Parts: sequence; structure tokens; C-alpha cells
Amino acid sequence: MAWSNEALADIVAGDITDGWYVNLGVGLPTLVAERLPGRPVLVHSENGILGVGPPPPAGEEDPDIIDPGKNPVTIVPGAAYMDSGMSFALIRGAHLDLSVMGAFQVSADGDLANWRLPGKKGGAIGGAADLAAGSRRVWAMTTHTTRDGQPKLVRACDYPLTAIRVVTRVYSDLAVLDVANGRFRVIRMAPGVTEDELRASTGAEIEFAIQ
Amino acid sequence: MTGAADMGHANRHANPLDKVVESAEAAVADVPDGATVLVGGFGGSGFPKVLREALIRRHPRRITVVCNNADFGGFVYEDGLVRMICSYPVGATAKPLLEGIEAGTIELELTPQGTLAERLRAGGSGLGGVLTPTGLGTEFQVGRRIIEVDGKSFILALPLRGDVALIRAHQADRYGNLVSRFAGRNFNPLMAMAADLTIAEVDHIVEPGQLDPQQIHIPSVFVDRVVAVGGGPA
Repeated sequence: MAWSNEALADIVAGDITDGWYVNLGVGLPTLVAERLPGRPVLVHSENGILGVGPPPPAGEEDPDIIDPGKNPVTIVPGAAYMDSGMSFALIRGAHLDLSVMGAFQVSADGDLANWRLPGKKGGAIGGAADLAAGSRRVWAMTTHTTRDGQPKLVRACDYPLTAIRVVTRVYSDLAVLDVANGRFRVIRMAPGVTEDELRASTGAEIEFAIQ
Repeated sequence: MTGAADMGHANRHANPLDKVVESAEAAVADVPDGATVLVGGFGGSGFPKVLREALIRRHPRRITVVCNNADFGGFVYEDGLVRMICSYPVGATAKPLLEGIEAGTIELELTPQGTLAERLRAGGSGLGGVLTPTGLGTEFQVGRRIIEVDGKSFILALPLRGDVALIRAHQADRYGNLVSRFAGRNFNPLMAMAADLTIAEVDHIVEPGQLDPQQIHIPSVFVDRVVAVGGGPA
């Protein structure tokens, strides 16, 4: 049985080390943010907050305290505001221990495609290319396959790329996999998922090293 | 157009360092056709909405807008926006912009957000560009120079400047020292640095000496006009 989004978020949050500075992208990674309050982990928001807290109670929203998705947030004790230049300097300068990002595709070399569907015009890159290129670790958090069953973990991405050779680990609803020299190494599997199932739903070579 | 060096002649204050202008209309009255306009803010936070409305009424034609979030479709008016430089061309009010891009009347230059910030910083700092790893191996390196330093590849991101910057802060003194509010700082300092004429809207204006010099986010040298618009949070 696949992990629920909530169960997967619990696993990701559990793998975050206390003391880390982390950025959590839109989509599934926002569920991780909900699991961090109370822990000594500071969440970065690329519009210029280091130390994002949970959403405010209704009626206490402030238009100048928002996350990258423009949702109202709060800050935690020890937070700092900064301008966009410094915010992206800390991203590109590898000062973030971790960026958790959604994914359309991840290649076995760690290439990430997460900003535009193929054949579409426009698309919004926002801060994704900087976060992917600059963070010390990039974890992709995604369903293992698309809605129509196509693998999202592939030998080579054919979707528009966000950054190359950056993803170090994938958290899917079926398994946790490290990117390992052109293969995915499975280190954890959802309960009841078989190795054959995982092979069939992955578009690249995989190996098993369950911990 | 009136730039920083000419402000002493353009303003009617006894003290030429006094940058206060009486209205948003007056502040944008000489923005010319064809201008490149830098617009601060991230989403609605730190966004100069009163100056934007004044600029739309002023109606300069064939302008280029540089603004991280393009979901402020109000810039799309007849014979107005011809070029948009941004990282995020989607959002609640981006429909007219997207239609213009689709129809070919508006050219979109999509730039990763950190690269946009650094291009502005370079433009305002007298630098010939910035070397960034962001975008390597992706479509964002297409047509850009790749420069190798110590065996590592970087994309050369060229400086970006504007004729005018419209920015927002919380407080100003009459000289144009600015203090932002919470995460409203975002692109405002970078854009203030990178324009020939920087216009700031603020919630309120105090006398020089009344702001803590240790807490200034944008020093007055980068600011040419200040207008109090009120209405913001206290």
C-alpha cells in the first residue's frame, strides 16, 4: 500500500536534521512545513524570510508576511527578514542545508524537471532553478508515477529542466530512493509494495539497499 | 527625462536633498513613452500599488516592465506593455498579460528569480554582469555566454537597469531614506539601485534624523522622489 501524502510528509520531516536551514517548495513539500513547528529547524521563504512559522489565525494575516505562494504566514522567534538579493545569495551560496521540491520528472543522474509541462508555452520558473542549483541537498517529493501511470523517475528527463545533477534523494508514495550514479537506490519501501511493482513503475534502473 | 542629477532643479523645496513630492500623479508625470520601468514587490507585499495606478493613468506607451511577479495585469493597457521581464508570469490577474504573450503583442523574458535579482544588483552596482550556476544545462542557458572559473561553468547574466523604478517602503524621511516592513523589502532595494529615477511610495514620511540610521534598508542616495500614500498597515 502506498504511503498517504501525510505519511510521506512524516517521513521527510523525520529525515530532516535538527539545526538545518531548509526551503520547502509548493505542493507536497508544504505538508512537511506543518510538521516542523517546535523543532530547531529554520524554514526559508525565498521572498525574504528565514524562520517561517505556521499560518496565522483568521483575522491576523499581514500582507507583508507571506510565503512564496503568497499565502499569509507567521515567523518564529529567531527569524530574520532580508531582501531578494540576500535571499538568493544564501540559496546559490549553498547556505541552505536542504530544499524539498515537487517534481514532474527526476532522472537517475539527479536532473530535475518541475516547472513546465512539455509543449506548453509560458510557465513560471520563480525561484525553482536557483533553489535546485544552489541548495546543499535537493530532495524531490512526488508521486511515483503520473496520474495515468507513467514513471516520473526516469533514465533521462524529457520535460523542460529546472537544473541538472542536483537531486540527491526522491521521496515518493511508494519508496525512498537515493540517486546513485545513473540508478535509483531504494532505501525504504511503503508497506506492501513489492520489488517487482517498484521496478515496473520506475523508468530507470533501480537497486535495493533497504536499511 | 529627469534623473537624479536634475532633481535639484525639478523639486521646489529649499533643501535640494528633500525628495518629497505631493502626489503619485506628480511623481510619475514625466515617465516617457518607451520607458523601462522596474517595479518592486513580491506578490502584493512591498508592491507600489498607488504608483502603479498613477502610471496607468499617465499611460506611457510601449513600456517594458521588470517585476518579479507578473500577476498584476493592470500594466496591460492599450498600446502599453510591449515587454515583460519576470520570473513568475502567472497568477490571479495575469490573464491579460498571458493573452498578450499568446497573441504576440507582448514579449516575455522569463528569468530565474535569483538571476533577476543579481542582474538588477549588477545594473545598480556598476558591474558588467554576474556569473551564476543557476540555469546551467537548461533552457535558461540558451543564447548566454558560458564562462569557466576554476573548472566550474557559469552563465553570464548581464546587468539590468531601468529608466524608472517604482518601489514601496513603510517609512521614509524627507531625504528618501527608506525602511521596509517585514517581507515587503524583497526586490525594492535592488530596483532602487538600478534605475535612473527611483520613485518610492511610503505609508508615512518623517523629518531627517527621525529614522534610526542603523535600521535604514534603502539609503537616500538611491531615491529621487518620495510620496506618502498612507493607507498601509501602521
